[in-house]
Amino acid sequence: MSHHIVVPRRTVLAGLGGTALASSLPLGIARAASDAVVGFIYVGPRDDFGYNQSHAEGAAALKKMEGVKVVEEERIPETVQVEQTMESMINLDGAGLLFPTSFGYFDPYILKEATKYPKVRFEHAGGLWTDKDPKNIGSYFGYIFEAQYINGIVAGYASKSGKLGFVAAKPIPQVLQNINAFTLGAKLVNPKATTQLIFTGDWSLPVKEAEATNSMVDQGIDVITMHVDSPKVVVQTAAQRGAMICGYHCSQAKLAPEAYLTGAEWNWTGLYPKFVSMWMKGESIPNFYRGAFKEGLIKQSPYGPKVSDEARKRADDVKAKLTAADYVIFKGPLQDNTGKTVVAAGSELIQTNATDEQLESMHFLVDGVMGSLPA
Amino acid sequence: MADNIATDLSAAGPGAVGARVPRRGARTGPVAEAVLIPLGALVVSLLLFGAFVATARVNPLDVYRYMVIGSAGSWFSFQNTLTRASPLILTALCTALPAQTGLMIIGGEGAFVIGGLAAIAAGLPVAGAPPVVVQLVMACVGMGAGAAWIAMAGALRHWRGVNETISTLLLTYIGIALLNHMVEGVMRDPASLNKPSSYALPDADMISLIPGTEVHWGLVYGIAFCVVAYILMFHTTFGFAARMVGGNPRAARLAGLPVGRIILAVTALGGAAAGLAGMVEVAAVQGRASATLAAGYGYTGILVAFIARQNPLAVIPVALLFGGIGASGGLLQRRLDLPDASVLVLQGIIFVVILASETLFGRFRIFRQRER
Repeated sequence: MSHHIVVPRRTVLAGLGGTALASSLPLGIARAASDAVVGFIYVGPRDDFGYNQSHAEGAAALKKMEGVKVVEEERIPETVQVEQTMESMINLDGAGLLFPTSFGYFDPYILKEATKYPKVRFEHAGGLWTDKDPKNIGSYFGYIFEAQYINGIVAGYASKSGKLGFVAAKPIPQVLQNINAFTLGAKLVNPKATTQLIFTGDWSLPVKEAEATNSMVDQGIDVITMHVDSPKVVVQTAAQRGAMICGYHCSQAKLAPEAYLTGAEWNWTGLYPKFVSMWMKGESIPNFYRGAFKEGLIKQSPYGPKVSDEARKRADDVKAKLTAADYVIFKGPLQDNTGKTVVAAGSELIQTNATDEQLESMHFLVDGVMGSLPA
Repeated sequence: MADNIATDLSAAGPGAVGARVPRRGARTGPVAEAVLIPLGALVVSLLLFGAFVATARVNPLDVYRYMVIGSAGSWFSFQNTLTRASPLILTALCTALPAQTGLMIIGGEGAFVIGGLAAIAAGLPVAGAPPVVVQLVMACVGMGAGAAWIAMAGALRHWRGVNETISTLLLTYIGIALLNHMVEGVMRDPASLNKPSSYALPDADMISLIPGTEVHWGLVYGIAFCVVAYILMFHTTFGFAARMVGGNPRAARLAGLPVGRIILAVTALGGAAAGLAGMVEVAAVQGRASATLAAGYGYTGILVAFIARQNPLAVIPVALLFGGIGASGGLLQRRLDLPDASVLVLQGIIFVVILASETLFGRFRIFRQRER
């Protein structure tokens, strides 16, 4: 090789300029040391009118607290990326309390990071913590199907056809609890009510969600609810087609002010400031925290204009009983939609009993649900 | 000499987007040209991105600073970059290798999930054997499954004339559906109530970290795969034949080359790379197969392959670049309140500018010293 590579002068100058620029940039990280840093990690966009927004609203409530600095990252998949994000928040932002909010972040990512950073507190939405797991993890969750039961009562009154629709992601226990509670609520006020169920197959499939909603309205269904990550598409599609809606995760009333009846919402705005002030005072946050209306983990959207006085009264009445922990939703005798008895006469599945095997691993659809489960 | 002809042939292949017409005299200083033009394009992309964030009233200098801090500002950040780059190196090969024979494969995501699924299916029954054996079985089966997956598209293309871009795109949907079907059905661990998953691989059988780092061995597998692929493609008779098929399949057939077998072999090799990435994801990171295997590594790999101009060696630095962008993206969100989509905007700008910069090849006299 006798020749040498000749680089254009301009490129060299540009390169030198770039290096000079890079070296003049201060690489230190400036941050007020006094602020307690709390990190939030979301699996989807934080303005999704759904699961992620419900948590982001909780984070927004923290931003108003004195001495708290909130850092957020959205659209982090349940892969090694969430591990990297947690570490980055700990190492680069000095976060001492993390809220990785997606259910699938827990195993193995949070477990691994909690072992690695024993001084950092991890708070996970999902209620998965057991005695074997690191003590610096807390896992909390709400029995939101209580609010879906109220949705069902309101829907049962509002529906003229008695045909309701439920757009669901996957046939997992949490989703089935919601479908069944919604149906039982509707049947409480209209024993002939049925719920047409459609599974889309995944948490966020907007096209399928719209198709499901449209096909429901075509069948004469006039109230639709859902359990998908972002209810936005279902709400907007249903409202456009003239159907009414019961929301989920957070309030979608803004998207359809007329057609929105009510909704089952998480109450993270109530819970997170409580947790954070406990943490700042050095008090211990429970490792395992579950509840529903009574514990303030869930709430009901304000009723929309189409909810009758009778419906309001009945719904408020049941909600008061649920809040007083004086009401059981899954009560025997209860049959599934194939005629099999799933809860025997005289027995009850107490909704806030986290050790209730049949509730936690629910795999049936109550009578009145039109749909089926994989074997 | 043979090398140079082959380079020209492959560059003119139908698969290479923005394929350039080889110019006379474009052979001197090709390395400098191949490095400096993409680097220049990168600088232009960063300037454009700076202008973009300025419209959101964010100081571009802050953006650049946090990008450096987040991707390479500390040992932690650099490892973050490496970890994120590791799957991309392998999935990029799934596009880059078949591109040498003129095939445009975009089904890396499908081969990735199928590789991961097959690996766990093979690994669980042998769990308990020495970890080396378990990992070897998983790697072989994962690569085999990925290879068969993409080779299907190669076979359809060769014998049935099915467009491989479309078929691999559609195969990805089938692959993800198959993954969901299996982890929600026969392979489901009944204890995985609200997140259907396969049974977990025992911790002892997991791929370990490279000593002294937080980065798992998958990175090394990826780099080794790239080097071997490069040697195979550019320094062996087989590679020469493969690139000849890419340059002109009819001429290759007339010259007596077994075009069908070459296409099968190269698509299988690309699929094996993505399948190995899936195996690593299962055996080093997730520990079990679930719907989250389909996290988009296969799609980002396509982008990496194009920016690397389908060169297996160039895939490594480009994957690092993307790992770095991903690693610093979080910091941009947290410190500057930029939405996550801004990282996608940057990736898009780089993609477009690099593709556009391909037209600059052979235009700078400075790279053609010798002819003067």
